[in-house]
Amino acid sequence: MQIKVNGKDLVLEKELSVKELIDEQRIEAPEYVTVQLNEEFVDKNDFSSIIIKDGDSIEFLYFMGGGRI
Amino acid sequence: MKYSNEQLERYSRHIILKNVGVKGQEKLLGAKVLIVGTGGLGAPAAMYLAAAGIGTIGLVDFDRVELSNLQRQIIHSTKDIGKPKAISGQETIHAINPDVTVITYQEWINSQNITDIIEDRNYDFIIDGTDNFPAKFLINDACVLTGKPFSHAGIIRFEGQTMTYVPGKGPCYRCVFKDPPPPEAVPSCKQAGVLGVMGGIIGTVQATEALKYVLGIGQLLNGYLLTFDALEMNFRKVKLSQNRNCRICGDNPTIRELIDYEQQVCELKQH
Repeated sequence: MQIKVNGKDLVLEKELSVKELIDEQRIEAPEYVTVQLNEEFVDKNDFSSIIIKDGDSIEFLYFMGGGRI
Repeated sequence: MKYSNEQLERYSRHIILKNVGVKGQEKLLGAKVLIVGTGGLGAPAAMYLAAAGIGTIGLVDFDRVELSNLQRQIIHSTKDIGKPKAISGQETIHAINPDVTVITYQEWINSQNITDIIEDRNYDFIIDGTDNFPAKFLINDACVLTGKPFSHAGIIRFEGQTMTYVPGKGPCYRCVFKDPPPPEAVPSCKQAGVLGVMGGIIGTVQATEALKYVLGIGQLLNGYLLTFDALEMNFRKVKLSQNRNCRICGDNPTIRELIDYEQQVCELKQH
């Protein structure tokens, strides 16, 4: 299945939860990343339960300001 | 208003623009923009807004110019080292354009003074040129509570991002980033470094947003986060959704007062 991560195409062999994708993508400081799935914010508490499906578009948004994490 | 010949010449490249014209230039000359922080972002923003003829520019900064600032904070010069940044900024603006009234606030913003500063001249638009999250959340919350539009931005290393908040027209900064990260979790520009031009690129985007807001033209970055990666030379506009659970602008806001968050120790230096 194919998804978009921050605008870039990514092919996944199987469906993953948001948390699994965060782990797979080795997102820095995952506890502070904001996630939008198909232009809707995903609550941090739902990272493990929400499954990313074929064609989904996911955005990882990072704190940036004199410091980015 | 009546333009002097000198003003007609100074602003001729604006006046000739279909979307600006004499009326648009008058709007700019009558506008008041507050710039919080005269560092990497605020410096270029202030200089372009001054050149554009924004009539009143407020500069908020308690810091003094240091040698390590000059790699990117182009409103300050080598001769300004040791001078309060707000004063150094004021002098540069006056040298660029004597039409501009500059109001300086030599203060660190906090929950007690930010609203007074915003309301001091009833600023039309606020630019967040700060380098730390407590200040960014404070500016967001103060602008939401006072109903003022503002431009958020952040830069680090080779990356930058910016978004515009317009009351009632899209998400605020807190819709996207709920709470400041803990101080120890964030590398500062001092620790992580930043390519000098990043402030120029993103700060001038902020100035562009202020000009467009005052002129009432084009589409602002409300409802979008513009991200920039200098190494890939890639700009992306990420569409943002409104967060109905936002604690300050959502359906049931719980934040009704401004909050002073803890700052990184290295950024608390006082002179």
